[in-house]
Amino acid sequence: MTAETVVEVRELTKTYGEVAAVDQVSLSVRRGEVYGFLGPNGAGKTTTLRMLLGLIRPTSGDLMVLGRQPGDAGVLARIGSMIEGPAFYPFLSGRANLQVMARYAGSGSSKIDETLETVDLASRGDDKFSTYSLGMKQRLGVAAALLKDPDLVVLDEPTNGLDPAGMRDMRALIRRLGDSGRTVILSSHMLGEVQQICDRVGVINAGRMVVESTVDELRGDSELVVRATPADVVRSTLDQLAYVQSIRSLDDEVRLRVDERHTGEVTRALVLAGVDVREVRRIDRQLEDVFFEITAKESSHA
Amino acid sequence: MPDVLNVTRAELFKLVRRPAAWTLLAAAALLSQVFGYLIPYLSFAGDGSGPIEGASKDAILASTLPDQIVASTLGGFPVFAGALALVFGALVLGSEYGWGTVKTVLTQRPGRTAVLAGQAVALAMSVAVGVLVLFVLGAASSTAIALSQGESTAFPSVLDLLGGYGAGVAIMLMWAGLGGALGVVLRGVALPIGLGVVWVLGVENLIAGVASSVLTALRPLRDVMPGINAGSLASAVMPTRPPGLESPPGINSDVADGRALITVACYVVVCLAVALWTYRRRDVA
Ligand SMILES: Nc1ncnc2c1ncn2[C@@H]1O[C@H](COP(=O)(O)OP(=O)(O)OP(=O)(O)O)[C@@H](O)[C@H]1O
Ligand SMILES: [Mg+2]
Repeated sequence: MTAETVVEVRELTKTYGEVAAVDQVSLSVRRGEVYGFLGPNGAGKTTTLRMLLGLIRPTSGDLMVLGRQPGDAGVLARIGSMIEGPAFYPFLSGRANLQVMARYAGSGSSKIDETLETVDLASRGDDKFSTYSLGMKQRLGVAAALLKDPDLVVLDEPTNGLDPAGMRDMRALIRRLGDSGRTVILSSHMLGEVQQICDRVGVINAGRMVVESTVDELRGDSELVVRATPADVVRSTLDQLAYVQSIRSLDDEVRLRVDERHTGEVTRALVLAGVDVREVRRIDRQLEDVFFEITAKESSHA
Repeated sequence: MPDVLNVTRAELFKLVRRPAAWTLLAAAALLSQVFGYLIPYLSFAGDGSGPIEGASKDAILASTLPDQIVASTLGGFPVFAGALALVFGALVLGSEYGWGTVKTVLTQRPGRTAVLAGQAVALAMSVAVGVLVLFVLGAASSTAIALSQGESTAFPSVLDLLGGYGAGVAIMLMWAGLGGALGVVLRGVALPIGLGVVWVLGVENLIAGVASSVLTALRPLRDVMPGINAGSLASAVMPTRPPGLESPPGINSDVADGRALITVACYVVVCLAVALWTYRRRDVA
């Protein structure tokens, strides 16, 4: 492992009875990057993050966090985290909850006001946690994660329960954390979200790491949707274009893998062929599409 | 070690702001005053048809005076204070599971041993303060009664007071420890409280009753029960009662003094060990 690797996971497995919640997962996170951990419900994201923090013990595999074993006090002191939703003391105010966490961490209370400000909770800091809305609880969870001025921030679905403005702010905040030199690991089931804020992504499905790549590689996988008639002419016209990497027909539309700079040429070719073009639009592929393609690839390799 | 201290500070910060903790202390104080002083005083001051039968008024008055403070305070331990301490222990350690805060606490910095040790220290400190409050209130009430009746306001010797206080803390620590260990093992509050209270107030009295009368073969079992040993330890530090007054319920001399103290201490240690062992090795979901 190099000095630049903050998290190194090799063939990590956690089984519950017969079920492998996490199955031979390997991943590495480098210093200063925002790493997105992407997968559908039940993929094993939370289970993996829990193992990173020493909350649960792996069934097998190797795991190094900040150069040491997870759960070590020296390591935990440098990690700010929120795993599977915020959990705090309902009878204490938001501020008092942060004071409690500062005492546990032995980190001093000087940053509490600033942190409440950061997550936009300053005006409600003295209200009891039990009276908070879902989104406010989530913000407090992120505030607690930032309190230690951590080197590594681990956030499990941080935008869960936030309204659109809250989501935007949270994404900007995470991006800022990354830009300020901290390493961030976040999990999400939204490809769009991960694309907006992450440098690198690990995609996990049913406990297995499907692909680990940069966001740009995933973004390069965006598609051009063409809705035009008649379908047979559309198809034969597109088939003749050398720069189109792949074509698949879905219901009444065709989806192309083609570089963005060729969009105009595709449209022109279709119009010249006498096709009625109703729509040409670039879409970021959804998580399902990535899975669809990767599983298709895997089965064609087999 | 600094980690343990940090955890203790965090726990005490939470405890003093936790309404349930004050409710339990208020209940213990109220019950202690009612059974230790109010009822005896009313029976003495009333027309003789009061609740305490078969004792002379003089003896009843004597039982409320300052030199009987250890007996008046510890007298309530087998009946209610033990159960309240058990509830307190279960609340302090078990609630974390209900709120899901175990994971929040365990990701701050201190390792599991430090967290549990810090919580145990905070629990022990609160118990010590709670017992002190009961003694102070007892001192106030007994002095007031003594002054109003023109009786002696002399307290027991410092050594006797310390012995009584120490025994009281040891007994409460045992119950709080049992509650706390059950809270950790069962990962909650409701079940430990339910089981614990049924045990303290029900099962144990039943075993003690049966072992003392019909089934003496049960005596070895009886003699390792927490409540029996607590009752014996309490009676060991109590002054001689005024003539004609029976011991409070649950105060017994079934187990020899030294052995009772050792048994109570063993319960504290075993509870700590069991809680620590479970806490360290279990996954935190
Ligand atoms: N304590 C447990 N006992 C049994 N099975 C478990 C346990 N924890 C997790 N699992 C299983 O492991 C799998 C992965 O769960 P995990 O919580 O890691 O998913 P996730 O990727 O975080 O999903 P989500 O997006 O819904 O949060 C699921 O099938 C889940 O049922
Ligand atoms: Mg999850």
